Amino acid sequence: MAEELKMITTWSQAVCEMRLGAGRQEGGSRKVTLTVGGEETLPFLFKEGALPHTPLIAVEIFDVPQDDEPEALRRDLRGISKDPVTWAKAMVEDIGADLVCVKLAGIHPDGANTSAGQAVNLVTKILGAVDRPLIVLGCGEAGRDNEVLPLVSEATKGERLLFGDAVQENYKTLTAACIADGHNIIAESPIDVNIAKQLNILISDLGMPLDRIIINPTIGALGYGLEYAYSIMERARNAALSGDRMLAMPFICFVGQESWRAKEAKVPASESPAWGDQRERGIMWEVVTAMSCLQAGADILTMRHPQAIKIVKSEIQELMKKAQS
Amino acid sequence: MALSGLDIYKLLPKTNCKKCGFQTCLAFAMQLAKKAVSLDKCPSVGESVRLKLEEASLPAIRLVEIGTGERRVAVGQETVLFRHEEKFHHPTAIGLIVEDDLPVAELDRTLGQIRSLRFERVGQQIGVELVALRNTSARTEVFVEQLRRIRAAVSLPLVLMACSAETLKAALRLCASERPLVYCPKATDLEAFVTVCKESHVPLAFRASSLEEFSAATKKAAQAGFADLVLDIPENTTTERLWQLTQIRRLSLKKGERSLGFPTMVVVNTAVESEAVCQAAAYIAKYASILLVRTTKPEHILPLLTLRQNIYTDPQKPLQVEPNVYPVGAVSQDSPLLVTTNFSLTYYTVLGEIESSRRPCYLLCMDTEGMSVLTAWAAEKFGAEQIADTLTKFKLADTVRHKSIVIPGYVAMMSGDLEDKSGWRVVVGPREASGLPVFLKNLAQG
Repeated sequence: MAEELKMITTWSQAVCEMRLGAGRQEGGSRKVTLTVGGEETLPFLFKEGALPHTPLIAVEIFDVPQDDEPEALRRDLRGISKDPVTWAKAMVEDIGADLVCVKLAGIHPDGANTSAGQAVNLVTKILGAVDRPLIVLGCGEAGRDNEVLPLVSEATKGERLLFGDAVQENYKTLTAACIADGHNIIAESPIDVNIAKQLNILISDLGMPLDRIIINPTIGALGYGLEYAYSIMERARNAALSGDRMLAMPFICFVGQESWRAKEAKVPASESPAWGDQRERGIMWEVVTAMSCLQAGADILTMRHPQAIKIVKSEIQELMKKAQS
Repeated sequence: MALSGLDIYKLLPKTNCKKCGFQTCLAFAMQLAKKAVSLDKCPSVGESVRLKLEEASLPAIRLVEIGTGERRVAVGQETVLFRHEEKFHHPTAIGLIVEDDLPVAELDRTLGQIRSLRFERVGQQIGVELVALRNTSARTEVFVEQLRRIRAAVSLPLVLMACSAETLKAALRLCASERPLVYCPKATDLEAFVTVCKESHVPLAFRASSLEEFSAATKKAAQAGFADLVLDIPENTTTERLWQLTQIRRLSLKKGERSLGFPTMVVVNTAVESEAVCQAAAYIAKYASILLVRTTKPEHILPLLTLRQNIYTDPQKPLQVEPNVYPVGAVSQDSPLLVTTNFSLTYYTVLGEIESSRRPCYLLCMDTEGMSVLTAWAAEKFGAEQIADTLTKFKLADTVRHKSIVIPGYVAMMSGDLEDKSGWRVVVGPREASGLPVFLKNLAQG
C-alpha cells in the first residue's frame, strides 16, 4: 500500500480566545456566556489543528427605526423591529441568534439625536430582556460616541460586553472605558492589514489585554469589494498562525449592514426580472456574503434577516462537524 | 513545480567547460531557471536530466479544456493557495445538472432557465458554463434522446454523466467532436471509461474514495497514455470535501505531487436550494475547478457567479467601472454633481453612500485606470486637468445647470487649480465616502 498522501502545515501560534458575557460568579448577569477565537489552523481544517469554538451570529438591531430598510427586511421584521427590546428578544429566542448587536444610530447629532440617558436606558433594558452577551456600537460620529459609549460602558460594568468601533483616529476614550469596566473592544481598520496591526498595538499599549480585542477588517458585500477584505483576512490569519501576536485576534464581520446595501438585495423583481425573486435574492446575498467571510476566518458575523440567520446558523453547524474518515 | 537555479545546477555536469557560452555551469543554470537559454546548449547533459527538467517545466496542475470554440472553458493550472499570493487563474466552471428522466415539457422549461442565466456585472458578462446530463434513467436510448434535445436548445459545453461505457459510447457518437467532459461514477468502470475517452479525445472526471486512490488511478491512466483527467471529490460532509480540495491543492503545488496535479470537481447534490448555495459558496472559495449544482433559479445562481467573479479577480488588477456620468436616483438639472475614480471599490462605496443619503446626484466616474483617489491623484490621473477635460468630454454643462462639482476631501488641494482650468465652482466633499450622507444633507439645493 502506498504511503498516505497528506500535507500538514505546522503553525506556531493560535488565535486569542475572547470571552463574551460574564455570569453571576464573575460579576455579571449573563445566563449564557460565549467564547470565540482559539483557532490553531485555517478555517475548518480540523485534521490540522483545533478549532475549538463555533463562529457566532449576532443579530443587528437599531435603537431607532430605520426608514430606509429594504423591502424584504421591512416585511419580514414587521411587528418586531419597532421596539428594539422585542426585536432583540425575538431574534434570540425564535430565530436562534447567538448574541445581539445594538447599533446606537439614534445618538447621531444629525440623526434622531437621542440622549445619552436614553442610550444607557435602552442597553440596560435589552440586557434585562435577553440572557446573552451584547455588542454595543456607537453612531460613528467620534465626538458623540466618546460622550455616550463610556456612559453605556459604565452602566454595564462587569458584563463583559463587546464595544465598538475603535478606529485609528479615535480609540483612546473607548479603550479606556472598556478597560475600566471589563469589556471587550472592536478595532476597526479600513481593509488594511498594516493598520489593523497598528491599531491593535495602540490599543494594547493603553493596557488592553490582547484577548479582549477583536478585528473588524471592514468587509464589502458580495459583489461590492468582498474580495478585498477576504484577502486581508486570509493574510492576517496566516500571519497570526505563523506567530504575529498583534494580528492573532478573532474577526468580526458586519455582514447584514453591508449586504443589505447591495443593489441585488434591494431591487424589486419588477425592475430586474432576470435576477429572480427579490426576497430570496436579498436573503441569499446576505447568506453568501456570510459564507465567504467564514471561509476567510470570521468568528462573529453580524446579520439582519431572520431567514438568512437560520440558514447560516445551520450551515455553520454542518461545517463544524468534524469529518468522519 | 519550477526548479530554482541551484536545483538545476545540481543536475548539470559541473565541469565549467564553457561550451554553452557561459563561464560556469552555475551561471548557465541560473539562465536556465529564467528560461533565458535552452538546455541544448550543454553538450554533456544526459537524457535522464533532460527529462527531469522538462517535467519540471510542466505546470503543477494540469490545464483541462472542455468544449470547443468560444464557449470553451479551461480549468486547472492554478499556482497558489491564496489569491493574495498572486491570483487564481481559471475561474470555477459552474454547471447545472439535468436528469435524463425529466418529462419533455419540464426539460424544455429547465433549458429555457439555463439559457437565461447570463448577467452583466461591473462590465463583465457572467454566466454558467456547463450543462451536465445525468443518466438517472440508466437507459441508453433515453440518455441519447435527451442529449439531442439539450444540444438543440443550448450551446454550452456538456458533461456526460452516463451510467455505463455503452451509454457513453452512444452519446459520444453524437458529440465527441464538441469535447464534452465525461464523468465516470463507478471506480470499477474507470478502465473502460479511460479507453473510450482516450479514443474520442475527450476529458474524463472520475470519483475515488481517497487521495491515494486518485493518485493510483491517475498513474495508471498515465501509463495508458491518458492524462486529461479531473478529480471528482466524493460525497461527504462539506468540511471533509474542503479538506480534500485543500490537500490536493497543497500536495500538487507544494510537494510537486504530479499524480494529484489535476483540476477538481464537486457535485452538490442536495435538493435544498439554500444548502446547495452555501456549500457551493464554500467550494468556490476553496479550490473547486468545476462545480455542478441542481438549482437553476437566478436568485441562487447570481450570488454564486458574483462570488466567483470576486474570488477570481486579479488582486493586482482591480476591477474597473466604465468611465461615464451615472445618475443616482431621480436626478434633475439641479442635482449635485460628484466626481470619483473608476476603481470599482471606490466607485461602489461612493455610490452606496449616495444611495443611502437618498439625495439624487450625478456621479462622474473618471478614467483613473482602476486607481483609488489618492493613488490616482499622485499618478496624475485624477488632477485638475483630467477632471476639467472630462467635464467637457461628457458635456456636463448640459447635464446640470449649477456648474459646480463636488470633489473628494482628499484632493482638496486641487480646488483652485480646477476652478481655473474648468470654470466650474468646486465644492470640497468629505474625505471618506461615509461622510457623504451628512454632507449631502447639508449641501444647499442647486
